[in-house]
Amino acid sequence: MSEKRFMKGNEAIAEAAVRAGCRFFAGYPITPQNEIPEYLSWRLPEVGGAYVQGESEIASVNMVYGAAAMGTRSMTSSSGPGISLKAEGISYLASAMLPALIVNISRGGPGLGSIQPAQSDYLQATKALGHGGFHAMVFAPNSAQEAVNVVYNAWDYAERDRNPVLVLMDGCLGNIMEEVELPPMKELSDEDLPEWSLTRRNGRDYQGNITPIYTEPILEGINAMAGEMYKAWEEEDVQVETYELDDAEYVVVAYGIASRVAKEAIMELRAEGYKIGMIRPITLFPFPKKTIHDLDYSRVKGIIDIEMTIPAQMREDIELQVAERCPVYEYGRSGGCLLDDEGVYDAIKDILTGGADNG
Amino acid sequence: MAEYKRSTQIADAPSGYCPGCLHSLATRLISDVLDELGQGDNSLNVISVGCSALNILYWNNDFLSVAHGRAPAAATGIKRTNPERLVFAYQGDGDLAAIGLAEIMSAANRGENFTVIFANNQTYGMTGGQMAPTTLIGQKTTTTVYGRDPQTTGYPMKMCELISTLEAPVYVARFALNSPKGVREAKAGIKKAFQAQLDGKGFTFVELLTNCPTNWHMTPLQTLDYMNMNTIPYFKPGVYKDKTE
Amino acid sequence: MVQINPDLCKNCGYCVKFCPKKVLATGQNRNRRGQFYPVMTDEAGCITCAVCAMMCPEGAIEVTEGGANT
Repeated sequence: MSEKRFMKGNEAIAEAAVRAGCRFFAGYPITPQNEIPEYLSWRLPEVGGAYVQGESEIASVNMVYGAAAMGTRSMTSSSGPGISLKAEGISYLASAMLPALIVNISRGGPGLGSIQPAQSDYLQATKALGHGGFHAMVFAPNSAQEAVNVVYNAWDYAERDRNPVLVLMDGCLGNIMEEVELPPMKELSDEDLPEWSLTRRNGRDYQGNITPIYTEPILEGINAMAGEMYKAWEEEDVQVETYELDDAEYVVVAYGIASRVAKEAIMELRAEGYKIGMIRPITLFPFPKKTIHDLDYSRVKGIIDIEMTIPAQMREDIELQVAERCPVYEYGRSGGCLLDDEGVYDAIKDILTGGADNG
Repeated sequence: MAEYKRSTQIADAPSGYCPGCLHSLATRLISDVLDELGQGDNSLNVISVGCSALNILYWNNDFLSVAHGRAPAAATGIKRTNPERLVFAYQGDGDLAAIGLAEIMSAANRGENFTVIFANNQTYGMTGGQMAPTTLIGQKTTTTVYGRDPQTTGYPMKMCELISTLEAPVYVARFALNSPKGVREAKAGIKKAFQAQLDGKGFTFVELLTNCPTNWHMTPLQTLDYMNMNTIPYFKPGVYKDKTE
Repeated sequence: MVQINPDLCKNCGYCVKFCPKKVLATGQNRNRRGQFYPVMTDEAGCITCAVCAMMCPEGAIEVTEGGANT
């Protein structure tokens, strides 16, 4: 049974996780994601799950590693500084081929940075979530509803791939309240436990073991398999929303909170007669390369990368696809300073009227 | 008269440990206890990083190999979601008393219902014999070439003493594996800890004083005497806490 | 009966050291990996206390009641 509720983005993520079958959460307090552990601390026991407040982000992600090895749908959440600490465990999850959901409700950085929202973790999320050269699917919803949808399906991807999944959302979206439609509870039984899980030894006549360490030829094979998996994601799993691209001469690329602010500005500029559209990656990895690559560059005069971080981090991925067929511009706010309609409007208009360079 | 039959929990092959290494004796003891309790199939070994990871190729039953120092955290995730399994972490001194200090103390303090077996040989064996948090004062290692100096490196960590100050743990004990008496007591201690876990009593911790012939630069027999003269006087064997009754 | 599996032995010497009746000694032959291993020197003197088995890190010694030592 689906139902409508008015919820904070963070709470919506937590409830969606429970409904997706998540039965284990471990985390450590950090702003601006605290509503997720707070909500799950009472909600998980209600459905027979377990919540543990870890002594650190490192311990928390390793608790998730243990629970995930048992085939339990497990998750942890944090914000930038905590995700850095979880990097160890996320890398081990990838190595041991364990599914889990990691949520990053991001804030200003680097370092302790600020507790205010920012999109400063794009490069960490998409390029190097930990050591050893692995990737996770990265989803960047731009509303509480989309966060619900993404989280609800996250373990399906994670278990299909035997790989962690990351949801990257900034502190704005985590804390604003919106109406969400919640999907029905997934009822999972022991029959749904992955066959590799370490749950049941009795009756199983072979050794169950899960390890993040391998002999060299086996590890090389696992690395190569992961490479094939990343390619398959690009073919099959890219999620992207496009807006007013048909006649667009300028194309904004923005994700998450930035895409919502940019959309307001684009609507206003459209009303003034400017031909402008937007590409919004929902999956940051796999990145919607094709959507950007296949734009009609005989018409498109410029790409505008708008992010709530300075310097823009997605720009390198965009530039690879544009391949110098038009200029790429960027605009952003950073350090916890928020993008606002007026600032984005002015910045885009400046570009459209030739007042900005593409430095 | 007594009988001994080699356990099937361990591979039918030599371990990866060096000659005389008490890690392999500890592993064998654990497998013997699991046999006696009929818990081999129900057990889940959380294998840590260091020489203890050699058990990946030696341990026949289910195991989860985890990051350095994080075994108590991973065991928490396992036990909270699968309370019926007999879960134990096997950790060395670098793993447990240095990089994993937060994880061991916090799991003990939460009273997690699993067992940690702590092999204390006062050195980082796998990486070549560097100073461990448990290295004795004056003991030479590759990073304390003139002997451990407390002025710059502090004093050896006494984990049983530390953990027994916490409220939650129900069994905390230390045994030395360098004599038949110590081995017999250690086996009884491991059995007691596992039984307490099976009875749902809470966190149990068994420290085993072991050796490292390779990095101590001694013959196996010399290490046993060294332990009598140096290790045991500092790390005193005994039951530090027992709330199992 | 004490049964020694030479191929599991790493010649640490613990069994010989701790045998209370001193009926074990390091032998003259080498196992597959080139290591000397213990042999029973006085079958009649063995009390099958299994201390040798208990102290063997590798589980290379098994003890059963009755029968001849090997």
